[in-house]
Amino acid sequence: MNEFVSLNQGSGGKLTHNLIQKVFVKRFAMTEPLTDSAILKESGTTLAFTTDSFVVDPLFFPGGNIGKLAICGTVNDLAVSGAVPKYISASFIIEEGFQVNDLVSIAESMAEEAKNAGVKIVTGDTKVVEKGKCDKLFITTSGIGILHPGMEEISTGKMIKPGDKLIINGPLGNHAIAVLGARKSLNFNTNVKSDCAALNHLIQSLLQGCKEVLFMRDLTRGGLATVLNELAGMIKSGIIINEASIPVDEAVKGLCEMLGFDPLNLANEGKVLIVVSQGDGKKAIEILRSDPLGKYSEIIGEIIPDENEMVVLNTSIGGRRIIDTPAGEQFPRIC
Amino acid sequence: MCLSIPAKIVSIDGTMAEVSAGGAIFKAGLHMIENAMVGDYILLHAGFAIQKISEKEAEETIRLFEEMNNSLNE
Amino acid sequence: MCMKYIDEFRNKELVTKLADLILRSVTRNYTFMEVCGGHTAAINRFGIPFLLPDNVRLISGPGCPVCVTGTDFIDKAIAYSKMEDVIIATFGDMLKIPGSSSSLEKEKASGADVRIVLSGLDSLEIARINPEKRIIFLGIGFETTAPGTAVTIKQAEKESVSNFFLLSAHKLMPPAMESIIKEGVSLDGFICPGHVAAITGSSIFNFIPEKFNLACVVTGFEPADILQSILMLIKMVNQNAPNVEIQYNRAVTIKGNSIAQRHLYEVFEACDTSWRGFGIIPLSGLILRKDFERFNIENIMPVKINHQGDNEFCICGNILRGLETPEDCTLFAKNCFPENPLGACMVSNEGACNAWYKYRL
Repeated sequence: MNEFVSLNQGSGGKLTHNLIQKVFVKRFAMTEPLTDSAILKESGTTLAFTTDSFVVDPLFFPGGNIGKLAICGTVNDLAVSGAVPKYISASFIIEEGFQVNDLVSIAESMAEEAKNAGVKIVTGDTKVVEKGKCDKLFITTSGIGILHPGMEEISTGKMIKPGDKLIINGPLGNHAIAVLGARKSLNFNTNVKSDCAALNHLIQSLLQGCKEVLFMRDLTRGGLATVLNELAGMIKSGIIINEASIPVDEAVKGLCEMLGFDPLNLANEGKVLIVVSQGDGKKAIEILRSDPLGKYSEIIGEIIPDENEMVVLNTSIGGRRIIDTPAGEQFPRIC
Repeated sequence: MCLSIPAKIVSIDGTMAEVSAGGAIFKAGLHMIENAMVGDYILLHAGFAIQKISEKEAEETIRLFEEMNNSLNE
Repeated sequence: MCMKYIDEFRNKELVTKLADLILRSVTRNYTFMEVCGGHTAAINRFGIPFLLPDNVRLISGPGCPVCVTGTDFIDKAIAYSKMEDVIIATFGDMLKIPGSSSSLEKEKASGADVRIVLSGLDSLEIARINPEKRIIFLGIGFETTAPGTAVTIKQAEKESVSNFFLLSAHKLMPPAMESIIKEGVSLDGFICPGHVAAITGSSIFNFIPEKFNLACVVTGFEPADILQSILMLIKMVNQNAPNVEIQYNRAVTIKGNSIAQRHLYEVFEACDTSWRGFGIIPLSGLILRKDFERFNIENIMPVKINHQGDNEFCICGNILRGLETPEDCTLFAKNCFPENPLGACMVSNEGACNAWYKYRL
């Protein structure tokens, strides 16, 4: 293991996974596979419990801010686990000198998102540290939800079989590009807005209307490529994806072409990968598309038997290649 | 090497231009291009316009492709 | 909104027809080398080998400047990055390249001021804003990128920016191609780099059919471009009529961009330089001319490095020359993979090993 933690290990791909495995999982005696929320049975009720930290730079970006991310991120982790999100805690580590007006804007965003999602922020903590001891503001949110009966395996993919369909609810990469653009560290301008959104209502509608939802996971750091490879590993099967069905906004496409990024590796904050049984694909799409957050949903591929657990892409021009998990942070390139 | 994509000039200010690729705006140095005009397509590489794209040649290539397409269909 | 001059050349129907034409044209085995990392990346990203008949083989040559840039360059950049008043400005490609014992990415995590730029002009702006620091721009790339560096240097000279410097690893493509041919690598032709040629003109490749009887097609970077070029190469080989043809005529002419060439040779001149896997190739690098040598950081502040050389089992050199493939390497996919690259061919997105690992089926 490296002596120092590198930025790469926070990018959500293989390096993050390795760091978590080596340092935390065994020491905390955590149950694997690690899923978006822990499923806990207690006195006849099954709860989903999750936590997440938010360290985005910059704090404000087109389409949202760190507060909105903090609420939506935790709500989504509960929702994709098949739970109805109920209660959130919010902890703040604030750098000395931080503008109170900004803190108020962030808190207002959080309140608005919580209200729209139907969750209550019920507890929290605040610490202030000396200048330089944290980068402006860090937020940690934890959340509890009540699991629907029959949803215990929805994060493990145990019910998936060959022929089942993969769906995403809209275009990829908007959050990553919006944040990169807002940093202004690279010389370009874009109108792309983050897709940051709470997906619990969308997911509720789907679960109510579609009986064969077999797996869900939200696409955050590391992008679709990371989740597909995690899934293939979990279900010990292969996945085939059709590039032509993957929605990507033109502005995101243009930036990816210019900077050398792959949209499949980019972070999202309002997208979910859903696996439904073969027969339910059309119905699932119909339900998703009737919601504004699922308007551009597409069936992007299917599960295939493959002992090598490969994720294969049928490219838009009729070729074929493997989709691999990104190694770490993507950097813009000229070569 | 040489990641470079066609981008459209949307504004010019002296030796620098703003160019658009799929809606994203980049800065491009025009130091290697003569008579650049708003609306021209250039190849953007490492912050510079390295060549103008010849609309005539591009259309000719596409026309040849279409001819080839048609002759294969016969 | 479509992406003009991109979408038309990614049309699936067109690509299918071109692949079909290739299938109908082959009469024997063919081996074509592409010498541009952009071509390696495009071929693998679009899954083009899947569309080709088995007797058309594509191999990757030394086209990724990152791949051919030795560990000593990275070690020097790292040594400079450790100096307190230095800002390293670099294209993102260099961050993950392993030096002897570290990388710029690791140094950045340890506190070095390493900044990614999209252009030499951006690094000059960093120098203007930080007059108390020394800004060192890492100049990498071939004839496509070097003119931009030349313009930046001229601008720095014009404005008398005294805290801006260059550490150059710029290289020239034709000498490396000649070196490969002389090595005796078995080839029928070259897929020539379209963006290098946009600057230099296609005439820089004339020596290849003239001296060595090999076909050359100057190629664009979209799938239809690449397939059309392969078709053009096959036709020349079948007719035994090797020549330099331009497929990428929307951006390439015989003479190229004379303004860019003027900037380039006003500031730089050719020099002997070392390539990873090739050793020294005469007149294959670019060094600042005397009038601009004050910008060369190695003149102002030479650094000592402990050059430890590459991993003894690393065969990047042979891969770059097209003599072996990634699968021939004992380290490939076992000790050497994208998260832990041991050689530059695995680090760069366009390195043969990286592309092979990620994309090849």
